[in-house]
Amino acid sequence: MAAADELTFHEFEEATNLLAETPDAATTSRSDQPTSQGHVAVAVGSGDSYGAEDEVEEESDKAALLQEKQHQQQQPGFWTFSYYQSFFDVDTSQVLDRIKGSLLPRPGHNFVRHYLRNRPDLYGPFWICATLAFVLAVTGNLTLVLAQRRDPSIHYSPQFHKVTVAGISIYCYAWLVPLALWGFLRWRKGVRERVGPYTFLETVCVYGYSLFVFIPMVVLWLIPVPWLQWLFGALALGLSAAGLVFTLWPVVREDTRLVAAALLSTVVLLHALLAMGCKLYFFQSLPPEHVAPPHQAASLPTNIPLSPTLPRSMAPS
Amino acid sequence: MAEAEESPGDPGTASPRPLMRDLKAVGKKFMHVLYPRKSNTLLRDWDLWGPLILCVTLALMLQRDSADSEKDGGPQFAEVFVIVWFGAVTITLNSKLLGGNISFFQSLCVLGYCILPLTVAMLICRLVLLAGPGPINFMVRLFVVIVMFAWSIVASTAFLADSQPPNRRALAVYPVFLFYFVISWMILTFTPQ
Repeated sequence: MAAADELTFHEFEEATNLLAETPDAATTSRSDQPTSQGHVAVAVGSGDSYGAEDEVEEESDKAALLQEKQHQQQQPGFWTFSYYQSFFDVDTSQVLDRIKGSLLPRPGHNFVRHYLRNRPDLYGPFWICATLAFVLAVTGNLTLVLAQRRDPSIHYSPQFHKVTVAGISIYCYAWLVPLALWGFLRWRKGVRERVGPYTFLETVCVYGYSLFVFIPMVVLWLIPVPWLQWLFGALALGLSAAGLVFTLWPVVREDTRLVAAALLSTVVLLHALLAMGCKLYFFQSLPPEHVAPPHQAASLPTNIPLSPTLPRSMAPS
Repeated sequence: MAEAEESPGDPGTASPRPLMRDLKAVGKKFMHVLYPRKSNTLLRDWDLWGPLILCVTLALMLQRDSADSEKDGGPQFAEVFVIVWFGAVTITLNSKLLGGNISFFQSLCVLGYCILPLTVAMLICRLVLLAGPGPINFMVRLFVVIVMFAWSIVASTAFLADSQPPNRRALAVYPVFLFYFVISWMILTFTPQ
């Protein structure tokens, strides 16, 4: 049918023109990469070899690209409210779906391509970071309460300053590290001229959703068994870092082996540092306090409560 | 809030009627929060006096003594204030960004007024703490705070949930839950020195 062929051909042309005009649409053109297999690509129209991708996935990617085309035709300026509204254009089911995707990373499924589908949102990263910060402060305080029940010589205090510390450190991690990563990937793109990296928002999204698994980990850290705490920490860190690595791998494997290995190990290392920092700062085992002024407690060993200390007049609990 | 005209012959005397009218409006909204049912009063005639009174009361009761150690105690007055107002503004922005059709100040008004049950819980906790320490003391406070927390959530979602499209309602309500949870936590962990 000539008419149908003409229509599909026209659609393909329009789509490629639009892609050429908007360079930060996160897609790649397949025409100059005949050897890439199953790469991060969205093909419209008559594709020849799709590599490892399924036909079904191609169809849904095509639909997503059309939606993205309409979406991008009305991109307002960054000073308008509706510009920011476009980052919150998600439904409850989509957010839950993305969270599930971050909890169960699979090697074939790239988080950005599979779940975000060119519609990154800011709702998930922002509220996951807020929840994590408050859960850290609350459970850190709860550990102190539980420790005081076991050993009444420990002085209990609400420790409200930890909320501020938790908030600032989590938000800085979740926004500055993606910024650095995105900048680095763009610089490498300039050098290598190969694959387009993810946009800044997609990187922020990946990091934000990957922090979700830390929330149940922090809650489980209430159990005061040390080896169990390290086990949970290792499990959560493994899941979270695996999600990040599987997402970054398609972008980074085009680069030299050294750069790829260095980048991935830096990402995992920073994530591990965050988890360890949380554990050590919010869940440290506490020194008991003498009746003497509290700033002299530095002379005490940290892990062994001394029985002969007089219990202070405790805060009622 | 409606203005009342003063008699032009007495520039010096402030007429008591606008103050009484405003106080009555605030009191009426308190009643609407304590017995939440579907009505538009909180949304239609919003005002921010009630939230301000509640926030100041709560912050005054929650702050730690200045003689206490600066590092380890409960929140300062300014910290409570900032958490309440900054939290309310963030939730309102979130609700509007998700596409809700509620205005900025209406949402602030609802969130501020629904702190009333938690302020009552703070009062009760302070009274209970006068009775002395003990596990029963703690259980009573825990029970009161949980009940008032649930009351706040129910009251605010009765007003706020209708303004969101149904497939995003949970996304808009979750931050409200987090906000009142943090305030309840501050109330529960309050320890007078």
